[in-house]
Amino acid sequence: MRAALQELVARRDLLYMIAWREIKIRYKQSVMGFMWAILLPSVIVAAGIMVRYGMSAISGKAISGQEIAAITVKGLVWAFFAGSLRFSSTSLIGNPNLVTKIYMPREIFPLATILSQLLDLGVASGLVAVVFAVTRVGASWQLLWVPVLLVIIVLLATGWALLISAACLFFRDVKYLVEVVITFAIFVTPVFYDVEMFKKYANLLLLNPLAPLIEGLAKCIVNGSAPNLPWVAYSAAVALVSLVGGFYLFKRWEPSFAESI
Amino acid sequence: MTTENIALRVQNVSKKFSRGEMHDSLRDLIPSFFARLTGRARTSSAAAKEFWALQDVSFELNRGEAFGIIGSNGAGKSTILKLITGIMKPTSGRIDLNGRLSALIEVGAGFHPDLTGRENIYLNGTILGMKRAEIDRKFDAIVEFSGLADFIDTPVKRYSTGMYARLGFSVAAHVDPDILIVDEVLSVGDIVFQNRCLEKMNEIIRSGATVIFVSHNLRAIAELCPRSILLEHGKVTASGPSQEVLRSYLESSGREGRRARSKEIFITAVKVRGSHSEGVAFDSGEKVWVDVEMECTGDAEPCSVVLFINDDRQYEIFHTSTEYLGCPPISLKQGERFACTFELDLNLAGGTFYWGVLLYRFNIEKTVDRLFPAATIFVNTLPEVRGVVNPRPRITSFGPLAGIEQGKEAIKL
Repeated sequence: MRAALQELVARRDLLYMIAWREIKIRYKQSVMGFMWAILLPSVIVAAGIMVRYGMSAISGKAISGQEIAAITVKGLVWAFFAGSLRFSSTSLIGNPNLVTKIYMPREIFPLATILSQLLDLGVASGLVAVVFAVTRVGASWQLLWVPVLLVIIVLLATGWALLISAACLFFRDVKYLVEVVITFAIFVTPVFYDVEMFKKYANLLLLNPLAPLIEGLAKCIVNGSAPNLPWVAYSAAVALVSLVGGFYLFKRWEPSFAESI
Repeated sequence: MTTENIALRVQNVSKKFSRGEMHDSLRDLIPSFFARLTGRARTSSAAAKEFWALQDVSFELNRGEAFGIIGSNGAGKSTILKLITGIMKPTSGRIDLNGRLSALIEVGAGFHPDLTGRENIYLNGTILGMKRAEIDRKFDAIVEFSGLADFIDTPVKRYSTGMYARLGFSVAAHVDPDILIVDEVLSVGDIVFQNRCLEKMNEIIRSGATVIFVSHNLRAIAELCPRSILLEHGKVTASGPSQEVLRSYLESSGREGRRARSKEIFITAVKVRGSHSEGVAFDSGEKVWVDVEMECTGDAEPCSVVLFINDDRQYEIFHTSTEYLGCPPISLKQGERFACTFELDLNLAGGTFYWGVLLYRFNIEKTVDRLFPAATIFVNTLPEVRGVVNPRPRITSFGPLAGIEQGKEAIKL
């Protein structure tokens, strides 16, 4: 395990290179170029606003600017998380040449996917940050939570991405399973709504390790209040277990990648 | 132990593969999982699907040594390379590596078609283990070696296969590894580039790197690697000096060639005999006779016998035929046999030579049967000639040249 980590650190140039390649070919020969980084989050945010508009029409309570801001933050994070899982499923099987013909630490592929998704998140968040700054949403000391929560989200995504990429290599239908789960997971993750809306069932929703993180981010950015710490700690624990477990299993399965792909 | 001098040690390595499809989807896995639970399945059918790509392979390489691996397709050459590079793990046995390894298993495997040549040099260089700064430093040398300076900002998907391979080899050859593994890369590109590749490989070997070379290019192996092993059906069947290993490879492939035969007319025996020596060792300049016998098992078109000799680098140095020597084509009916004898002067320098025989139809340029090596001979080394042929050199004058006047006379004459 330690040797594997050392090797990964030694080959970090390769990690950046593969991430760079992924970004480069995504935007090469495409009409929209970097607009793609914003398109998917925008669609999610737009859908969220529509859903909330529908809810407010029924309840008779108008949607506030704060609610829209919260949906924007959550939509961005969701786009990153879903994108990471979706693209990690093809990260190994999309590179059969490299997996079967050249030796390298294979976790570089799912990790590069996460990096390239992070770049998209960065581009989109940069835009949102400008809008928020102009409209004076947020800005409180609670913003210091943002990097902490983001790190936990990235760790969680990485752990799962490692598992998914390896599972897809052995079983091709895992890819479709991931698609299905991502499509419906948005309904059990508080992206379009807040967990508080579910009153006594709120805790049930928070069992989804992504929920406390997403909620926490929206809270500290938009409302300027601290995230729900016990639940964040729970998410952090899940993230850590996923990462360590994911990395361990990945390395255990790695020797048979070349002959199973 | 002289472990410091060992660059690579392969000990009793075996590798088992499962033939055919494995569980490729969860849907396949679940039934087999239940089958296993209930104690069915995993019977002989599963065992029959397994096969050993490598069995008990052992060899050692010293630092700075060039080493060849020879074998026909499917003998396990690529598998052993994949185990050495760490792409796969052996089923049993161990492999110890000592130093930075670079593998040229398939040139340009790390290329992405949409990226330009320049971008791919950086990408592939990093994949092969170079640091960014290192590539910056070597970039110009890589481009120059590939000869693709004009196309370096073109996406490689617009490259020809040859250009692709040239760029791939250029990157890989500049990695400066301690151990370099080369698999069949020289079969690409034009002859000029192939020669440059060979030169570059020689340079890498001279610089003290350890090289493992796998190729069908037997001449290249003989030239580059003093020592090699022969793999047949996953087992090492010969190891030692490359010349000898090459010979046993050629002999065994000759045998296999005969086994696979289904022809109407074929060579049944070839024998080389000398006037005063029998067996495989001959003296230079000796008169030798080559007896060729053939048999016909069906209706066959008339054909001629071609006799050729290859040197130890598998260059054909000579061939003749019954046709060239003025004999009519041989016409045989079912069940008939035929024999002919060539007589020749063995004006060869010392070394190993391989005789080959073809049954050939000159009118349609078709080989009917081929036996190579039909015989292998050693010509005893002579002190007075080096090289391939022995044109019987003699000295007819030997002494100081007289005065300059006489020299001018000599030129006039």
